[in-house]
Amino acid sequence: MPALGADMDEGTVLEWLVKPGDEVHKGDVIAVIDTAKSAIDVESFYTGTVEQLLIGVGQTVPVGTVLAMIAEPAAQPAAQPPPAGPVEHKEPERPPRPAAPPKRKLKRVPAGEGHPTATISPLIRKRAHELGVDLAKLRGTGHEGTVTRADVERAAAGQQAAALKPPSRAPSRVRATPRARRLAAELGVDMAGLTGTAPDGSVKEADVRRAVPAREAAPAREAAPAREAVQPTAASAARSGAERAQSMRQAIGRLMARSKREIPHYYVGNTVDMTRSLDWLHERNRELEVSERLVPAALLLKAAALAARQVPDLNGYWLDDQFSPADAVHLGLVISLRGGGLLAPAIHDAADLRLAELMSRMRDLVIRARAGRLRGSELTDATITVTNLGDQGVESVFGVIYPPQVALVGFGKVSERPVAVGGLIGVRPVVVTTLAADHRASDAMTGARYLAEVSDLLQRPEEL
Amino acid sequence: MTPDQARQVIEEALAQIAPDVDIGGITPDTDLRDDLGLDSLDFLRFVEILSGRTGTQIAEDDYPHLATLASAVKWLAGG
Repeated sequence: MPALGADMDEGTVLEWLVKPGDEVHKGDVIAVIDTAKSAIDVESFYTGTVEQLLIGVGQTVPVGTVLAMIAEPAAQPAAQPPPAGPVEHKEPERPPRPAAPPKRKLKRVPAGEGHPTATISPLIRKRAHELGVDLAKLRGTGHEGTVTRADVERAAAGQQAAALKPPSRAPSRVRATPRARRLAAELGVDMAGLTGTAPDGSVKEADVRRAVPAREAAPAREAAPAREAVQPTAASAARSGAERAQSMRQAIGRLMARSKREIPHYYVGNTVDMTRSLDWLHERNRELEVSERLVPAALLLKAAALAARQVPDLNGYWLDDQFSPADAVHLGLVISLRGGGLLAPAIHDAADLRLAELMSRMRDLVIRARAGRLRGSELTDATITVTNLGDQGVESVFGVIYPPQVALVGFGKVSERPVAVGGLIGVRPVVVTTLAADHRASDAMTGARYLAEVSDLLQRPEEL
Repeated sequence: MTPDQARQVIEEALAQIAPDVDIGGITPDTDLRDDLGLDSLDFLRFVEILSGRTGTQIAEDDYPHLATLASAVKWLAGG
C-alpha cells in the first residue's frame, strides 16, 4: 500500500485491474485505492508478472502492507541485461519517493517455471507503444491469452473513438463516478458488466444499484473471470458522502497542522501588471476554437514553473534536516473538489510544457481529480505547489506549505486597479502573487527573487 | 433556436459540468460563474459544450453574454 501523499496512513482496495498471470510494466495502473481524500489509480513500481493478489477488494490496510506479488520477468525484453540463471531473490531498488515513502511496496518473488503467462512479443510491444495502447489493459485473444497484433490495433481504434470524448481516460477501463465505484465494492458488483447512463457514459450509483437484483437473479453469470473475487469484507470500503467529507477534513487537518507545526513559514507578496499577458492571450484566443483557448491561469502556472527552475532553492523537499533540490519542476496544483475539500496533484515537468499542453494537462487534471481518477504518482511527485484562488474572487491568498515541499505559490484574482504608470494613473489588470516558503530551506530574499522572476516572465508572455 | 431550446442546452451543459448544482434552483438572474462556483476551466467547458451543441461560434468577447441564465438564453436564441 503506497503512501499517496504525506497525509495518508491507510488505504482500501476498491478494484484490482490486474489478475495473477498478467504482465505489468512500471507505471501501469494496476489497482484503484480509496484514501481519506479520494479514489486513486495506483501504478506498479515494477515490471513483471502478477503472481498473487494478497489484499482483496474492500480490505483496508496500513501504508506499507504488501498488496500483491510481482514476479520478475523470466527474460527481460531490452532495458536490462537478461539474468543468466534463475531469477534472483533480491528486492528491487525502489525509486526515490520523497513524499513519505512507505517501508515497502510491491515485492518481487522469483518466477517459477511454466507460468501461464500471457507473453507479448517485442514487436507487438513496439506496435502498442507506437499506437499508445496500454498492454496491461489488453485481454489477449491469441493462444493461451497471448496478445496479438490484432488485439493491439483493435484497442488503438477503440482508443481513437474514445479520444473524441473527455480526455485521458483509458478506454478499456469502466468509467464510473467515485460513489458508484465505492458502492460497487460494497455490494460486490463487478463494474465490468455495467452500462453507464451518465451523460458521458460513466457508471452512476443508480446503475450499480440496478445491477444488484439482476445479478442475484443470474448468479451463475456474475463471476467475471478477469476480476478478482470480491471479499465479504467489502462493505467496509464504502464511504458515504458525510464520511468522505469528514475523512477529507481530517486528512487535510493532519497535514496542515503538521505543516504549521514543523515548517517556519515566511511570506512575501507582489502585485503584477497583467496587461501584456492578457492582451497577448486575448489576441491568441481570438483565432482559436474554444477547446484550444487558454485561460490566464495557464500563463500564471507556466510562469510559476519557470521561476521555480530559476530559483531552485524553492523547488524540492525538506528531508532529514536538509533541503534536497528536485531536478525537475513538478507543479502541484490545488484543486477544490465540488463536494468540499481539495487535492493537489502534480503536472509533471510543467516548466518544459508548451502552454497549450500545460493547459490541456491542467484541464485533464481537474476533471480527473473531481472524478476520483488521479494517479498515485501525481499525488506524490509535486516539487512546489500553486494555489490559484482568482476564480473565487479573492485578491490574495497566503498558503500553507505541503510538507515535505518548501514553497507554495498563491495567485489571486486578476482585476482592474488604478496603477501608476510613467507618472500617470492608469487602470490596468493586476494580479497579486504571493509566496509562502520554508525558512529552513531559504530566506525571504530568495522568495522575493522568485516573485520578481514570476513578474518578469508575465511581462513576456510570448516566451512562456 | 428558440428560447426554450437554448434554456435546455444551457441546463444540460451545467448539469454536466457541475453535477452537484440544483438546476431547478437556478433563477434567470443567477450568476453562472460566481453563484454556481464555476472556475475559469469549468466556464471554458461550458462554452465548449454550448458551442458544440448549438453550432454557434462563441468568441471570448461574447463571454459577458453568458453571465446569467437569462442573458445566455437571450443571446443564444437571438444568435
